[in-house]
Amino acid sequence: MANFDQELDASGLNCPLPILRAKKTLTGMGAGQVLRIIATDPGSVKDFEAFAKQTGNELLSSGEEGGKFVFLIKKA
Amino acid sequence: MSKKLAIIATKGSLDWAYPPLILASTAAALGYDVQIFFTFYGLKMLNKNLDLQVTSIGNPGMPMPMPMPVLLQALPGMQSMMTAMMKQKMKAKGVASLEDLRSLCQEAEVKFIACQMTVDLFEMDPKEFIDGIEFGGAATFFEFAGESDICLYI
Repeated sequence: MANFDQELDASGLNCPLPILRAKKTLTGMGAGQVLRIIATDPGSVKDFEAFAKQTGNELLSSGEEGGKFVFLIKKA
Repeated sequence: MSKKLAIIATKGSLDWAYPPLILASTAAALGYDVQIFFTFYGLKMLNKNLDLQVTSIGNPGMPMPMPMPVLLQALPGMQSMMTAMMKQKMKAKGVASLEDLRSLCQEAEVKFIACQMTVDLFEMDPKEFIDGIEFGGAATFFEFAGESDICLYI
């Protein structure tokens, strides 16, 4: 499993909460650090891609684990 | 330079309060500068006590648990029942409450502007509003909206 510095469990939360929580968590992190996000909202797959593209934070990976969506985002 | 989103929020029902607050908070998270101009019934979104309701009256698109003639939908108590059911459903689906979305907007420095004319027209008490809002008119709105990248009327 890839390394990460912080983890955010956004399970059960619906749009736009996973994005808002991720943004808030990233704000408190340093450049280059990696945030792992767990979500259950199927819309979050496309939303995290869009979030990364627009904010410049890099989406290192996006996948499914045990029925949940897992993302790794590297802070710009 | 950040992109700018300007929103005019005109509606004061539970369902219609979601789009402006969802879009504003998300845009702020994406790095936009955001302003919402609240006018007419949209000003209800600024009340400290957010007691917004939803109704199926005049809204044939609203999903109902069972088919119901419009006249029955108009009975006393139906609106508060529908509101309670909607809130329950939202909670079960992990949809944020309006209170949460509104404070997320404020945390993200979304600027809230209350339409002064509406406040005067309906004799609203500014003390009933949340803190951190500004009052202004159409010209105030255009100062920001004129330079915005996206402008929405909701």
